[in-house]
Amino acid sequence: MVVDELSEPDIDRLFQAFADSTRRDIVRRVTVESYSVSGLAALYDMSFAAVQKHVAVLERAALVSKEKHGREQLVRANHEGLHKARQLLSEYEAIWHQRAARIADILAQG
Amino acid sequence: MTVVSSTKNPEALSFTIVSEFAAGVERVWQIWADPRQLERWWGPPTWPATFEHFDFKRGGKIAYFMTGPDGEKARGWWHITAVAAPHMLELDDGFADENGDHVDAMGVTRMTVTLEDFGDSTRMTVSSVFETAEQMEQMIAMGMEEGMGQALGQIDAILAGQSVS
Repeated sequence: MVVDELSEPDIDRLFQAFADSTRRDIVRRVTVESYSVSGLAALYDMSFAAVQKHVAVLERAALVSKEKHGREQLVRANHEGLHKARQLLSEYEAIWHQRAARIADILAQG
Repeated sequence: MTVVSSTKNPEALSFTIVSEFAAGVERVWQIWADPRQLERWWGPPTWPATFEHFDFKRGGKIAYFMTGPDGEKARGWWHITAVAAPHMLELDDGFADENGDHVDAMGVTRMTVTLEDFGDSTRMTVSSVFETAEQMEQMIAMGMEEGMGQALGQIDAILAGQSVS
């Protein structure tokens, strides 16, 4: 099972990549369609260099890859990296833990 | 303890979580069947959900969107495939584009919800089966709380600090 072969540094990189809201947003966008770095930079209130840095973090975590397309570099989801399904399922698990806690709060209110 | 157990199956891209709530089964059913209650828990505080169209019956279509920190909207839809109040609900959950049209390429999550009546309490089991890992990825990007990400970041910083010293 490939996903069990992730090393500690791999997992750290993945968690680090997910720890920032801009990076999560970038991943969310490039799973739908490819973006150039400048296209991504236009979406956020930060410098081109800052966005480039976020993309580099995501690239190291194997969540996105860059592909030359004419004169532009397109950022797209790295589907192999995304197959780190166990980690993803853990994140999904966290979402449901949070949902269950919110449901309990609603029910406690009557 | 709200969550009793959770099971991950990476090969099948499936996930099951069992929770117990201190309320009767009819009351717990409402957190699914009432869109105003659903909105209070489906999305995290940073990505709250709004259910626009809510046809909660077998064959019914439900449209929702989640609003991100910068006002961006991520749209989704449900298709109810089975419903037996107050015990069972089955639905397909998918992504939609800004016009509300289905984005089929992203795949569909099949969810099964069962509620078991324990008298004063209710046991809720939610099973999710994904078609693709990237679909799961997007769900997570949309569903994760800011605080969760921060917590993970702090753990990472601690681990990084240890490896340096």
